[in-house]
Amino acid sequence: MKLKTIASLLGAVAVAGTALMAGTASAEDKVGFVYVGPVGDHGWTYRHDIGRQAVEKALGDKVKTTYVESVKEGPDSERVIRQMAADGHKIIFTTSFGYMNPTLKVAKSFPNVKFEHATGFKRADNVSTYSGRFYEGRYVVGKIAGKMTKSNIIGYVGSFPIPEVVRGINATILAARSVNPDVQVKVAWVNTWYDPGKEGDAAKALIDQGADIILQHTDSPAPLQVAESRGVWAVGQASDMHHFAPKAQLTAIIDNWDPYYVARTKAALDGSWKSMDTWSGLKDGMVTLAKFNEAIPADVIKLAEETRDGIIDGSIHPFAGPIKKQDGTLAVKEGETLDDGTLLGMDWYVEGVQGKLPK
Amino acid sequence: MSYEWLVPVILTVITAATPLVFAGIGELITEKSGVLNLGVEGMMLVGAVSAFVAATVTGSYFIAILTGALAGMFMAFLFGILTLSLMANQVATGLALTLFGVGLSSLIGQDYVGTPVAALAKLNISGLTDLPIIGPILFGQDVLVYLSFVSVIGVSWFLYKTKAGLILRAVGDSHNAAHSIGYSVIGIRYLAVMFGGAMSGIGGAYLSLAYTPMWAENMTAGRGWIALALIVFATWKPGLVLVGAYMFGGITILQLHAQAAGLDLPSQILSMLPYLATVIVLVLISKDESRIRKHAPACIGKIFHPAA
Repeated sequence: MKLKTIASLLGAVAVAGTALMAGTASAEDKVGFVYVGPVGDHGWTYRHDIGRQAVEKALGDKVKTTYVESVKEGPDSERVIRQMAADGHKIIFTTSFGYMNPTLKVAKSFPNVKFEHATGFKRADNVSTYSGRFYEGRYVVGKIAGKMTKSNIIGYVGSFPIPEVVRGINATILAARSVNPDVQVKVAWVNTWYDPGKEGDAAKALIDQGADIILQHTDSPAPLQVAESRGVWAVGQASDMHHFAPKAQLTAIIDNWDPYYVARTKAALDGSWKSMDTWSGLKDGMVTLAKFNEAIPADVIKLAEETRDGIIDGSIHPFAGPIKKQDGTLAVKEGETLDDGTLLGMDWYVEGVQGKLPK
Repeated sequence: MSYEWLVPVILTVITAATPLVFAGIGELITEKSGVLNLGVEGMMLVGAVSAFVAATVTGSYFIAILTGALAGMFMAFLFGILTLSLMANQVATGLALTLFGVGLSSLIGQDYVGTPVAALAKLNISGLTDLPIIGPILFGQDVLVYLSFVSVIGVSWFLYKTKAGLILRAVGDSHNAAHSIGYSVIGIRYLAVMFGGAMSGIGGAYLSLAYTPMWAENMTAGRGWIALALIVFATWKPGLVLVGAYMFGGITILQLHAQAAGLDLPSQILSMLPYLATVIVLVLISKDESRIRKHAPACIGKIFHPAA
């Protein structure tokens, strides 16, 4: 736990104490956030914390938000979530896939607390799930990457081989090959969400093996820094990372949780909160793209914008057939698209990805 | 067969190993004096953020590295006050130092998240650096890489060739004996602990100035703990700390290359390899108990109560 959190917890205790002494029962409603990385990762957790700040801004004095950062997935997270629930938080956002089971477990013991789990698939009466269709952003990125690569090798720094990440890799290569059939993707898994050193090393390894565009599904800007210093392209992840790679960043996929967090907190406060599943993308603005690099030719920018607009108006689906699996078998027939269920459980590579998917 | 691919691999291995060498060699001196400081991770983080802030404010990398060292030293000094003067438990205090370092570093670095800095300059001797293969490896590193080698040689020489080194080892092996012949056990341990802090601080500075030139919270990502394990791995011998750090870095980098090259092995196992190798070597070393007993400081972790 971090100083800020401790300070805010102390603050909350002080507020509660004052309220008791004054005899008034109405303290501020507490909204909790559990983060997998540090708020300063400049990626995933950073964007969730921007969402938390949006809640504070929108609801002002009515709420008090607290957060605990760098909480390891697994038993640690259960302790933190349980502590938050016991502490009287009205609604708790748990923002990593690995918090799924701990969240459900704690939710059982606290039926009056509302839980919001990011990127999970298990729900309960008091547990909602939400996630972004990041693959839509990656599909747009894939079109750009396919046009911009000279070596026809795209390097991809992967965190964990879970469907979320595999889906992103597949969306990228499908888009890239639709404009450049010779493109291949090489993947280096680092088995961590956040370790700048290792993420950078993975990027170096991929560049050394011929990649001239580095994409990533990890949370630090280190791969972009490597791309910048080695003179290749890169795409930012979760937030706009162009400060770290002003020349190299083609664009970035930006997670935007603000409207969702504000809406769900309001619902929890006014009693209209219901358990549900939200999976929004470019259309609802939960996924957006950073400014395109000026070095991208106008026709490629046009293509990217058309792809983005097509996804928004529904005329383009990233996983529209025909799609071949890595081994050449047909996964989706011409004229069909993959349904959300298959997308959520995606555990196979499409054609064009090098190497085997770790199980 | 072409050896072209080898050069970038070796260059990456060097950057991955260097912070471990610094933190490991510093903690080695600390432990040789009989003190176990588990706060390496915290000292590295504070060193990393201080060096980064100093680099952005002054623009001087000399001042930045110095600041990193001093910041690590300051953390170690706090540890010294608690464990050496106030005789707190070393294990608990070391763990607390790490937690404190995590919080303190993110507090200091709050306004610096997302500010990039130019990477520490690499040596470039025209003629030498341009040599094939050995040029970039031997003559193309930044100053801290060379300093890491110097520090290993220096510490070896100090421990085994100087009287001061002998006294340090004596304090670590039998503080009562050293005390009874008139050496200031506490004073010597303070110096050793602070040297360890300074080196951890420089290891941290290497992370934020050269490895990934930025400040990001918790950016050490466990390297302080790996450095601690390296010392046991090295059975408290400086040269083996260097070997261990390069082995660890080397396997980490090679597994990433193996993946990128499409080697058909589960990435989880590949990621596990460096740790697995460390454990295996530890087991092999432990079979020969005398090796450990000969080099491990006998008084490690024990609190010294000066006889009245």
